[in-house]
Amino acid sequence: MDSPELATMPLPVLEPIKGVKKAPLEEYFTSGHRTCQGCESALVMKLMIKAAGPRTVVLGSTGCMYVANTTYYSTPWVVPWMHTQLGSSGSAAVGTAAGYRALMRKGKIKKEPINVISFCGDIGGADMGLSAISAALQHVDYNHLILLYDNESAANTDIQATGSTPYGAVTTFSPTGPAKRIFHTRWKKNTAAMLAAGHPECRYVATVCASYAVDFMNRVRRALTIGGPTFIHSFDPCPKGWDYDPMLSHELGELAVLTGIWPLFEVEDHTLRLYGKSKAIAEGRQKRLPVRDYLLKQGRFAHFTEDDIDYFQAKIDDMWTQWLIPGVLPFAAEVLNDTPPA
Amino acid sequence: MDAETATAVTVAAAEQEALISGSEAVAVASRLADVDVITAYPIRPYDTMMQYVAKQIANGEQDAEYIVAESEHSQFEIAKHASAVGARALCGSSGVGWCYAFEAIAVTPALRLPLLAMVGNRALDDPGAFGTEHNDALAARDLGWMHVWVDTAQEALDVTLIAYRVAEDRRVFLPCAISTDGAFLTHSQALVKIPPRAWVDEFLPRYDRGDLRFHPDNPITIAPQVNEDWLMEIRRQTDQAMRNARGVLEEAYRDFRRIFNRDYGNPFFEEYYTDDAEIVLVGMGTLSMPVKVVIRKLRAEGQRVGFVRVRWFRPFDYERLGGLLSRFQAVGVVDRDFSMGSPYNSGVLANEIRATLYGQPKQPPVVSFITGLGGREVTIPNVREMFEHTRKAAETGASPRDTLWIGVRA
Repeated sequence: MDSPELATMPLPVLEPIKGVKKAPLEEYFTSGHRTCQGCESALVMKLMIKAAGPRTVVLGSTGCMYVANTTYYSTPWVVPWMHTQLGSSGSAAVGTAAGYRALMRKGKIKKEPINVISFCGDIGGADMGLSAISAALQHVDYNHLILLYDNESAANTDIQATGSTPYGAVTTFSPTGPAKRIFHTRWKKNTAAMLAAGHPECRYVATVCASYAVDFMNRVRRALTIGGPTFIHSFDPCPKGWDYDPMLSHELGELAVLTGIWPLFEVEDHTLRLYGKSKAIAEGRQKRLPVRDYLLKQGRFAHFTEDDIDYFQAKIDDMWTQWLIPGVLPFAAEVLNDTPPA
Repeated sequence: MDAETATAVTVAAAEQEALISGSEAVAVASRLADVDVITAYPIRPYDTMMQYVAKQIANGEQDAEYIVAESEHSQFEIAKHASAVGARALCGSSGVGWCYAFEAIAVTPALRLPLLAMVGNRALDDPGAFGTEHNDALAARDLGWMHVWVDTAQEALDVTLIAYRVAEDRRVFLPCAISTDGAFLTHSQALVKIPPRAWVDEFLPRYDRGDLRFHPDNPITIAPQVNEDWLMEIRRQTDQAMRNARGVLEEAYRDFRRIFNRDYGNPFFEEYYTDDAEIVLVGMGTLSMPVKVVIRKLRAEGQRVGFVRVRWFRPFDYERLGGLLSRFQAVGVVDRDFSMGSPYNSGVLANEIRATLYGQPKQPPVVSFITGLGGREVTIPNVREMFEHTRKAAETGASPRDTLWIGVRA
């Protein structure tokens, strides 16, 4: 399935990291940013580039990790970093990778592996930038990783609802009030599975959560070494947007996985596997925690009634009991039971 | 044989002639310029250029990354980012497609990325129209793009090479839009001299982004948040780059004349029978064809009329153009565009000309015309009519207080 020329473009060697003590000590996302206390997305940046290493360029579309990280005369990035437009994470990755490819192919620059990582927030990636990411995942000649850091709102702008905001959450575009207790009635987009299912030539798609740091870094390494365009969707608790004590960021990431709200999975060369605690849940080795434990720690769900919590729980239960692939593909299995036409 | 004749002989021997359209001429220029990354998206009429490029690549005549984007926004963003790593990039669009890319178009000048875009000028539908109108390219008038309007397929080829040289000059580093009138130029064939690659290599150095190159060996942060602390200084730098482009353009045209032996005279505007003219029309693009025909007829009748075709709209050569136009008894400005509600309800070019003349000691009356919208043909009678109105203004010495729509149903 490799295109003939793909083999001529060198790929980096990045071995899996065996345990947190084996992680590289070098930091390429350092001081110089002004993210909020407890910002999980800042940790995502740090782990992402720690895993990728110094022969990397990073493109950042508009969002928290642009505005809060890079204020002129100050940058946390040790590697080259460039802003791209809100909906352009896919195009920035393609343009950068295509530029390197052309220059290397024509002998205008040294032929060597260069990691191209383009990140976006949820409104930039799962909403506005979706079509560009979709196109980027079709251009199999270009090696790059698109990383979506999902803090479930337009958190930099003022915490507005997006297609990735969970059902019922309070945002500044979905407040709660006497006439409308539940303002945001959309269910969160299933972005990673949509992209994996929709782009059969894309060799790697994964969901991650930085609460599981080693798993996180190894998914980044796999995405960068497998070749072609790849996509990672990271679940990032946000104290400002979700209204909780900053000390709980790590715990909320774990709870999202343990309640089954955020399934950890990867699709590698057409093979889907759940991993980490999500795998344990699917195999019955880990009992899913009630979503109440997760929801009630956050101010954005403080207006939920018992009925709201039950509704949320029922939807999550469906994910694990009714979906064709638990936590991944939201179809009923009816078609498999149909009798084929004679 | 003297040196000049010898050069001419070499020219004749080395250049090949081909019957090609304006779109194809840009495609040929992109091959000669060894463009690295080309991004395409279909919209008429510019897209014929991308079709020719694709064919050249398929035939093994051209080597470039050819990316069919999923939208014009992505098309311009991909080209922008390729340009940032040091790749020579080409994109283009028409009409509302250009508008769809507008966010990328808006940010590219401040990033100082010298990509080229061909604009096949087209009406902004709705209502649907494939034909020429200049409002698409002009919508980006104030953003820091260089803008040039070409008139012939030969000029399209030559200016593409010149534009790369100027855009990629470190003193400039600005993107450039090459406007070609939809259908009239994009789809009209003419004999074009195609220079050999060796001449192009001599004329056009490699794109060297230097210490602004986006590469692991050069760890820089590009386009962070600057806010009120720095934005104004950066705007001032971009403004300076556009000012610099005037001189760099002159240099490039001089060198072009030396290497290719084709002389465009003043790079910024073309003069046609202006030496003894009493009145002139001013316009851009393929309008020159009917206007030149009428001028020859009117001259035969003894009327001293002329034409000035603005080539480089940004940077605008207001000094020399102002000096030239102030000589005439009246100036008629022909806009193939509109700027509704503007002073005199005129098109964009007319008010640029008014502003250009304001600083001149002698200010002839300016008559503004809007015509040829949506690709409607500007006919010989239309041009005669515009000359008559301009003549009238010369006689009365007064500028009309409104704009005349020519060739429109009542």
